[in-house]
Amino acid sequence: MKRNIPLILAFLAGLLMIASEFIPHRPFSNMVETLEDWFMIIAGFSIVLGLASLLQMNYQKISTKAENWGYHLSCVIAFALIVIMGALWGMEDQPGLLGQGEKIVSWLGKKPFDYTYDNALVPLSATMFSLLAFFIASAAYRAFIIRTFESNLLMISAVIVILGRTGFGTMLTSWIPESYRIWQLPVLADFIMEYPNTAAQRAILISASLGIIGSSLRIILGIERSYLGGDK
Amino acid sequence: MKRILTILFILSTLTSLLADGAPLFTAKDRPYDKGDAIILEWKLPATIDSLQIQKADSLEVYQPLFIPLEGETSFVDQDLSYDTRYKYRLLALGSADGDSLLLSASAMTKQNWFYMDKLAYLLMLIILSAAIIYYILAAKRGKEFFIRRISGLDSMEEAIGRATEKGKPILFVPGVAELGDIQTLSSLSILSQLAYKAAEYNTEIIVPCRFSMVLSAAREVVEEAYLKAGRSDAFREENIFYLTDDQFGFVAGIDGIIVREEPAANFFLGSFYAESLILAETGLSTGAIQTAGTANAHQLPFFVVSCDYTLIGEELFAASAYLSRDAEQVGSLKGHDFGKLLVIILIIVGVALEIAGISWLKTFLMGAGS
Repeated sequence: MKRNIPLILAFLAGLLMIASEFIPHRPFSNMVETLEDWFMIIAGFSIVLGLASLLQMNYQKISTKAENWGYHLSCVIAFALIVIMGALWGMEDQPGLLGQGEKIVSWLGKKPFDYTYDNALVPLSATMFSLLAFFIASAAYRAFIIRTFESNLLMISAVIVILGRTGFGTMLTSWIPESYRIWQLPVLADFIMEYPNTAAQRAILISASLGIIGSSLRIILGIERSYLGGDK
Repeated sequence: MKRILTILFILSTLTSLLADGAPLFTAKDRPYDKGDAIILEWKLPATIDSLQIQKADSLEVYQPLFIPLEGETSFVDQDLSYDTRYKYRLLALGSADGDSLLLSASAMTKQNWFYMDKLAYLLMLIILSAAIIYYILAAKRGKEFFIRRISGLDSMEEAIGRATEKGKPILFVPGVAELGDIQTLSSLSILSQLAYKAAEYNTEIIVPCRFSMVLSAAREVVEEAYLKAGRSDAFREENIFYLTDDQFGFVAGIDGIIVREEPAANFFLGSFYAESLILAETGLSTGAIQTAGTANAHQLPFFVVSCDYTLIGEELFAASAYLSRDAEQVGSLKGHDFGKLLVIILIIVGVALEIAGISWLKTFLMGAGS
């Protein structure tokens, strides 16, 4: 019974969502929005679960003085600080328990919550994102080492695309006459991106879409139930 | 006979008058939609210089709606409410006095019962679903199907074995999407099989989650797997935890776990975006066996470069069936293969027809059936 009710609900919800894709009439036309609202409400409740998990995990590490427990302490302190700042002075136009906090806003220029968000979270996120530049370089180096026929092809096409996207590439092959312009690096780079690359991407997309249909059908029919925790 | 001839004469005169450039402005409900659009069409004499279409607001006051460019003869007014009458008028200014026109039209939006432009999708869906169900039933009757080897999934046992030997944990990241994403559901299905094997080997499994809903489902999945393996005592709830909703905060958290805990095997399965390479490269730097899988085609190259095994697109969705070896699920994989065959045939036929100058198949599949 514990397993059957979710399976029946998944079956009904799946059928309704498929119907709403093809029927523009009420009640099907607004079914997706309604179910999305339901999802948001449930997700709102589950935030409490997430926060409880976060605090429980960090508390355990701190209380047992596990290795690197200082990191966990700083996480809890940051969490508490941002909650207190948001509760006391609010965020953006929303007032907090102490109102809009005009005094502190005149000192910081923003509400403490917004100040911390803009000056701590945003730069930290940007720092993580910027790591990509270095990782792309090291990954590209490994990918372009010529070991096999395939990596050779990859290397050649990568060089063409990289050069074709720069002014240097244009300069290198600008002498090629118009009747042979396909051999100009920018044109060749566009060709690689537009035809072989798009064809490969579409092949992956088509097969993934078929996989999604099959997976969804297995879930709707209750054949695939391991995401619920058990098989039978 | 005389009467019929008279009617025919009147009709032909009217038709010729309209064809000769009698001004015309019509409004009609867009067919086969959810009642949110009205199609406006007009036909005006060549002496008209400029046009403006106006729409009556709730107080019946006409407000400017659209200024057509030269040569345009239709406009679709969208984002309307269903079962509502809308009034329009067309102001046409001519070069000479007496050339200017004011034409009115109105129409009522109506909800329909079928999106005709999705007929092709519906037919494809019915054919694919029928094929998948047919193969599932065939598998139930005992028919055995061959499925090709997926090395990324075959290596799972090897990765767990290595983690057990080294006494290090396994890291499983179920993507960065919500529970509503089918990739996350597929990922959790793989987690179920992985957790079962980890429980058998008595190896710790760490599952950081980006969303609370995913956390809740992941905990349930791992707990059930441990229970099934008869190792419920080894299940550690605190190993499946929530990190943060913030995309790069989540990445920073996982990178920290990879560097500090040094898991022997990393699994990145689900929906990934810009963080894919950051995660995979950090994992690579610790020397862990890495298996990744996503249907986000633009992230696949990063995983291919940095991971030992990569599940490409559909392999992620096939993983659960492949690992479980359940006859019904394996049967459904054959249905996928049928779908691929169908798509290949459609592509070949479509290309041949286009070369021959016949476009109806392309038009039908692109959703212009209405």
